[in-house]
Amino acid sequence: MAMVYQKSKMLTDAPLHYCPGCTHGIIHKLVAESLEELDAGGKAVGVAPVGCSVMAYDYFACDMVEAPHGRAPAIATGLKRALPDGMIFTYQGDGDLAAIGTAETVHAATRGENITVIFVNNAIYGMTGGQMAPTTLPGQVTQTTPYGRDVTTAGFPVRVCEMLATLSGVAYAERVSVDTVPNIRKAKAAIKKAFETQAAKKGFSIVEVLSTCPTNWGLTPTEALEWLRQNMMPYYPLGVYQDRTANEKGVF
Amino acid sequence: MSERVLMKGNEAMAEAAIRAGCRHFFGYPITPQTEVAAYMSKKMPKIGGTYLQAESEIAAINMVLGAASAGVRAMTSSSSPGISLKTEGISYIAGSDLPCLIVNVERGGPGLGGIQPAQSDYWQATRALGHGDFHVLVFAPSTVQEVVDLVFLAYDLAEKYRMPALLLSDGLLGQMMEPVSFPDPVEGGAEKPWAACGHQNKRPHNIINSLYLKADELERTVVERFARYAQIEAKEQRCQQYLCDDADYILVAFGATSRVSQSAVDTLRAQGIKAGLLRPITLWPFPKDAIRAHIPHVKGFLSVEMSMGQMVDDVRLAVEGKAPVGFFGRTGGVIPKPSEVVEAVRKMAGGDR
Repeated sequence: MAMVYQKSKMLTDAPLHYCPGCTHGIIHKLVAESLEELDAGGKAVGVAPVGCSVMAYDYFACDMVEAPHGRAPAIATGLKRALPDGMIFTYQGDGDLAAIGTAETVHAATRGENITVIFVNNAIYGMTGGQMAPTTLPGQVTQTTPYGRDVTTAGFPVRVCEMLATLSGVAYAERVSVDTVPNIRKAKAAIKKAFETQAAKKGFSIVEVLSTCPTNWGLTPTEALEWLRQNMMPYYPLGVYQDRTANEKGVF
Repeated sequence: MSERVLMKGNEAMAEAAIRAGCRHFFGYPITPQTEVAAYMSKKMPKIGGTYLQAESEIAAINMVLGAASAGVRAMTSSSSPGISLKTEGISYIAGSDLPCLIVNVERGGPGLGGIQPAQSDYWQATRALGHGDFHVLVFAPSTVQEVVDLVFLAYDLAEKYRMPALLLSDGLLGQMMEPVSFPDPVEGGAEKPWAACGHQNKRPHNIINSLYLKADELERTVVERFARYAQIEAKEQRCQQYLCDDADYILVAFGATSRVSQSAVDTLRAQGIKAGLLRPITLWPFPKDAIRAHIPHVKGFLSVEMSMGQMVDDVRLAVEGKAPVGFFGRTGGVIPKPSEVVEAVRKMAGGDR
């Protein structure tokens, strides 16, 4: 019988701990498939964050390092400098990347560090039970914004791709979503392109993936996908924010 | 061994690290360690190594974590306030069983403190370089030559026991010039089958991690680490002794204050007081066995430090109340004078006789 579909060899058999309806599983699959299709799993080292995907080191079948909260881009920098031909990636959530790890993110990007960042934006701190994230939308209710995020006291959400696109070290920055099958296919293409950018030594690459958190948003999985479309997409428009991959030397 | 050259402590340390196989240095400017970074930035590009000026001390130590995970000899250096920032990463490095070299060229504290030499990070170095149950190897050189020799030893023991090593220097030793010769260069260090360097589809994936959500599993990893620490305490205590065998009073001092104390011992001997100096070279493991061996014949120990009295705790713990233990120190960047140390010993001996 012909095999038409199978789980990527770049995923282990460990059962995922993610909540039902959470889109982390889809994003893991896209990362794993991209590494496998590029035959990069053997030279890949992934860096797991602190947050919902903290145990990603058990799920990806490549070598993995677990980072302190927010420091994944610094660890990836150390790995890449030691393994210049390695395929080094971080997998980070919004609190990890855009709050406690902002400095590490911005400076890895502006150095043109030749690493790939998979940034999962679900507008909330999931692991700790649903507090305000740097990407929580104005008016969004969370455990620590019980009256909705009031921008006059809590400030505004960070648009990461737009911010990083201004930096000279960024070779490729795209925001995608995994809310529909067509968008999942686009997300896969973006993740693969980000890894190819690194393989060609073009500079820093980041793919921001809009993701759902049905548990902490208090919605069913299908309602959550609709909430993402209605609320996140207008504030975080999908698209390519930087692409210097056509330059022969990338960002340099 | 190379021929002898005259070098500043900080620069000799950087050169020693390169010769010990370090090709990955991650730093951030801070006085009085800056020459280490400056030397690395000059040398590393010429030998295919990495000098990277990080955005913060926190980033620098995490870059070390990354490079050490890949299995290379990595290093960072800083001075006291910067080391405080690094403690997060050091805890993770210890919890992940990674070897690396961290340097603290100490200055006065707390807070921004000052930029003059101090030893007031002893507690931090030996007790609390981050959260959790762990130790790091702590080396305290007292000459520029010893800075060089201990860099090599620090990397070897860090790899042997899979733990971070801290070289505790100070502003005086860092800025001082002395003749040094360098051991023959080494490359790479020990085999590291545990490294996260890409499995090349030839082995199961390696995971560098300090997270254990099951309490019994975490306890098991910590207990295993402490079994290693017990071995280290049994085998790796190091100190140098000067005129201790017949001494009535033994000064205990490390780094810069041991030099001051040695002068004081000579003066005291000339005055007819039988003084000696025991100089810890490893601060963790603390050379408690060597101290204990002198309990039967001494009238007292005096811990001499550039702090308000931190190592004196370890001297007391070693002595277990079986002999008097005193303390003399200056702090805030003030270096004690030999005459002040002499006076402190004479006072302990019952004043002028």
